[in-house]
Amino acid sequence: MSCWETIADYGLRSIGIGERLLPRDNFTLCQQFTLIGSGMLWNIYFGIVALVTGFFLATALAVGKASKITPLRKLAEWVIFVFRGSPLFIQFFFAYFLFLSLKGVSSAFDPLTSAWLGAALVLFLNTAAYTGEIFYGALLSVPKGDIEAADAYGFSGWPRFKKIVWPTMLRLAWPAYTNEAIFLFHATTLVFFSGFPAWQQRGDALYYANYFADKTFNPFVPYPILAGYFILLTLCVVGLFGLINRRLNRHLPKERRQKMRVRPRLLMR
Amino acid sequence: MFSWCTDPSAIDGLAWLSCYLTTGKHLSIYVSVGTVLLLLAITAPVALAFGFGGAMAARSHFAPLSWLGKAYIAIVRGVPDIAFFLFFVIALDQFFEWLRHEVKCPDWDQPIRQGNDFVVCAEAKLPLSTAAQWVHETYGFSLAVLTFSIVFGAFAANVLFGAMRAVPHAQLETAEAYGMSRRQTFWRILVPQMWVYALPGLSNLWMVLIKATPLLFLLGVEDIVYWARELGGSKTAKFTDYPHPDWRVWYFLALLVFYLAFTRVSEIVLGRIMKRLTHGQATMGGEAQRKAS
Repeated sequence: MSCWETIADYGLRSIGIGERLLPRDNFTLCQQFTLIGSGMLWNIYFGIVALVTGFFLATALAVGKASKITPLRKLAEWVIFVFRGSPLFIQFFFAYFLFLSLKGVSSAFDPLTSAWLGAALVLFLNTAAYTGEIFYGALLSVPKGDIEAADAYGFSGWPRFKKIVWPTMLRLAWPAYTNEAIFLFHATTLVFFSGFPAWQQRGDALYYANYFADKTFNPFVPYPILAGYFILLTLCVVGLFGLINRRLNRHLPKERRQKMRVRPRLLMR
Repeated sequence: MFSWCTDPSAIDGLAWLSCYLTTGKHLSIYVSVGTVLLLLAITAPVALAFGFGGAMAARSHFAPLSWLGKAYIAIVRGVPDIAFFLFFVIALDQFFEWLRHEVKCPDWDQPIRQGNDFVVCAEAKLPLSTAAQWVHETYGFSLAVLTFSIVFGAFAANVLFGAMRAVPHAQLETAEAYGMSRRQTFWRILVPQMWVYALPGLSNLWMVLIKATPLLFLLGVEDIVYWARELGGSKTAKFTDYPHPDWRVWYFLALLVFYLAFTRVSEIVLGRIMKRLTHGQATMGGEAQRKAS
């Protein structure tokens, strides 16, 4: 079987298109590359869904935590504390078993027990909490002068937030947010190792890498392949976020622009 | 455990709960909390030592050593850490077995990798197949500790490398002007001063280490996650005196609360240490303390 056929058979295996049966022995390098790459689709899916949806909740949480209304502030503080203070791994387990018992209550909760919705929901809440804390820090460091100037121009309430505070907050938070995005993509590998089952062996990249390592007793091939894919993904994220960073900083003179430096600070949950 | 527990069907309420939570199996989940704490207690200093070595290597003026140190620091950036955990556990195990194989069975002529199998001679197996259960468990646990130390050592190396560079350069130049050798400058000037710069990063690392402990479960150690799954699963009256439906959600809720409390306590303690260390330092934090008092 040539490599092209393998790619045709297994390239979309992780989302259920193509060959049903996984290869059982005599694994070729091509098969490992294809299947692990196919699993990356899940990681990218989880990452993008959580990032896009989490962004909005994160803004709300940051504004909530900085709010003067006590119940709102307490609520935001607690959400951030619970999701940042406990391991994501345990959150996945807890959520899965919670959804499992909800399933008994009503069949409306059925889709929650499958990874595509349930795990995405947990990742969404988790990244919203981490990002909310980043945004909150940035919100506090929005220069006082900017807000005074906005007041002088007659801005207030929602327009002031949308036009002045929010863009500045994003600009200040962006380097840290890039980090968060990278580690969110890394965190997506935990999904199929917690409670969530990989239905019909449709798993993510780590699931397939682990499958090969278990079957061949040779960790030196699948894991480096996985590492290669993730380094590529990280580079893409850094590139994309760098472009947005340029746009957010476009009004500033060159030497005052925020430098993008990727640092493993908020690493792992 | 208690005297009133002899007939589980006759008791209810809190008394029942007190009996349920002290069955033999439940005692092992409490022991496994000890396992987690033991892992933290061993891993933290070992990882710090690894990190120190890595940072020293990265600062080295001997190019290959510096590359090695920098590569070690860089591995944590692009790749999910859980992949490293899964990788190192097998890789280290096979490496040790291969080393013993080379020493103990020099006249073995077959290749080590035969198709899908990894074959070493029987004397080189780790632990020996005749060994007692506790040897197997201890070996698994030490592999896990070593893996954690390697991965977190890389994180610590990154933090310490940054801290070493944060020490004002004038300090080092002054030391040289006084005629100290490179080694003396490093140990007497740089190392004592770098800790205050390293502490925020290290305390962050400690939080991350706490939150990484449930991954022990993936490394095959019977830790709290294992027992929570085991004990929470539905039990029928046939096999136990305490039958119950699927209670795993409650067990994981308990774990969630345990970790939250642990993080909170660490936060408070580390905050106090930071306050103590910044006292009198010529940094922004120190200045703020001086003004406040």
